[in-house]
Amino acid sequence: MKTIQLKNIKKTFHLGGETVHALDGISLSVDRGDFLAIIGTSGSGKSTLMNIIGCLDQADHGEYFLEGLKVSQMDKNALADIRNQRIGFVFQGYNLLARTTALENVQLPLLYRRGKQINHPAKKAKEVLDMVGLAKRTHHEPNQLSGGQQQRVAIARALVTDPAIILADEPTGNLDSRTTEEILSLFQTLNDEGITIVLVTHEMDVAEHAKRVIDMRDGRIINNYKIAHRQYASM
Amino acid sequence: MKLRKFVISALRSITRNRMRSLLTMLGIIIGLASVIALVALGKGSQADIESEISSLGTNLIMVRPGSTNAHGVRGGAGSRSCLTMDDVTTLSKSAEHIQYVSPLIRVSSQIIAGNVNWNSTIQGINTTYPMIRNYEVAQGSFFSQRDMKVKAKVAVLGQTIVDELFPGQNPVGSRIRIGDIPFKVIGVLSEKGQSSTGDDQDDIVFVPSTTALYRMSDGKTVHDIMASATSELAMDQAKAEIASILRKNHRIATGDDDDFEIRDQAEIVSMATQVTGTLTMLLSAVACVSLLVGGIGIMNIMLVSVTERTREIGILIAVGARSSDILIQFLIEAVILSLSGGIIGVLTGIGIAFGLGKSMGTQVIVEPFMIIISVGFTAAVGIFFGYYPARKASALNPIEAMRYE
Repeated sequence: MKTIQLKNIKKTFHLGGETVHALDGISLSVDRGDFLAIIGTSGSGKSTLMNIIGCLDQADHGEYFLEGLKVSQMDKNALADIRNQRIGFVFQGYNLLARTTALENVQLPLLYRRGKQINHPAKKAKEVLDMVGLAKRTHHEPNQLSGGQQQRVAIARALVTDPAIILADEPTGNLDSRTTEEILSLFQTLNDEGITIVLVTHEMDVAEHAKRVIDMRDGRIINNYKIAHRQYASM
Repeated sequence: MKLRKFVISALRSITRNRMRSLLTMLGIIIGLASVIALVALGKGSQADIESEISSLGTNLIMVRPGSTNAHGVRGGAGSRSCLTMDDVTTLSKSAEHIQYVSPLIRVSSQIIAGNVNWNSTIQGINTTYPMIRNYEVAQGSFFSQRDMKVKAKVAVLGQTIVDELFPGQNPVGSRIRIGDIPFKVIGVLSEKGQSSTGDDQDDIVFVPSTTALYRMSDGKTVHDIMASATSELAMDQAKAEIASILRKNHRIATGDDDDFEIRDQAEIVSMATQVTGTLTMLLSAVACVSLLVGGIGIMNIMLVSVTERTREIGILIAVGARSSDILIQFLIEAVILSLSGGIIGVLTGIGIAFGLGKSMGTQVIVEPFMIIISVGFTAAVGIFFGYYPARKASALNPIEAMRYE
């Protein structure tokens, strides 16, 4: 069973009088344990694809299966539950809640969890913070943390629900080169532990840390290849 | 479980902007505090009036002459002078449901004691009058049946008169002059204070009715007849009895109107209650307006808060909050805002009421019912005015919301 399976996904936007084909027939599958980088210039449709994979948006056409579940045609509430339990987001701008401690930020998705609850939310949150190397910063608020540390909190938040995939949208876009290395190294470690990761970037040297790359242009995949010389980030 | 967490997160976001939250609540606080205070004071003074009226004697029946009608020109109430001592005698002899009856003859006159003088109303009454009106003698004694018979020139003074004419002295046994007639002071009444209408009930001089009638007045006009029914239950029978006796005495043919008026305390009580009832309604209207204004304030701040936290809402939706979760979260926040405003308002109002009540010397009555209603109403205001902003928050598109700066 593929973790992600996209079949001929299409999405158009109407801006003013103009029709933009943001996605023009994307078919793609991602295996469990894969580390996929989606690369492309701005306007290539990579963010739209990311939003659809992340269940933040619905395709106009085509089918999307996440862990065998047919996500296309699900209603808004079902999508919210999918996001909550099966997808972990990491954004460029960290998107943490201000004036809220790291521990509380990490626990946020658990607040909206439906169905089976996680027994000790605080303990679980501490565990994932430990995984990202922030065991000693659990009670710091975002403004007391560096950019790299904030992004680690965001990654911990993505991990706390044990999701099927982690979706990272330009996760290193706001970071300096050294911190970028750290975050990429963390992703690689998590991937080595079996977590499926999809990373969107426009920088080739970031993409080269993944196992596989798809290259997008004008809403289409123009290239889909395994990375020959994978880069390994060092802490 | 989830609700508890939502409440905690709402409290956090309220305390995050303490000043703003407080200002938002201020509308509701002021509105509710003023209403609670005014209603508590209103109810208190109403109770004061009622207890005072009943202290006059709940069995009290007043008979006043009717208005004159001379060839179509009608005088005002009491303009007739048709009540006589004869009426009083008949009533006291033959009415079964009447316990006490007394005439009341009013003479306004100058009272002179030594080199001081004071103008007051002299009331000529029978010995039964103190029982009807709950007057008590503090010093000396009241006049007797014998004093009545001989039209004795004796007077019982109210406390105000004593203060004016005999400051710091015991007047019992002293001589005074009322107009030209010398009187002997034989007693002093205990203090009664202000009446509900603001009259000084201690600015009073009692003399025997016979003395007032024959020595100081025209010898026939009785201004009022005061009576008390045997019990509160017998009020209606007593009034009917008085009416039939007086009609007979005054030879009024069947079908003709009474030439007198009979009133009792129940009417006065209901009148006073009616006034305060209108006042309460007016206050409720003010309360509604102020809560409306307060509610709009809450809506305004909630809208600002939704806009300000667009990004945060986007994050919440991205990590899996359903629209209904966001809606409930913001509604809870609005309700907590209005409800805490309401509670603070109620407490402030009670505080103000007791403060003012103490300084004005009126009773304060805080009804639990009123508190429950107003707090419940503020919660409803929170839901009503919080719904639109909450709805707006829950309908946000997460992709755009997270991009919002």
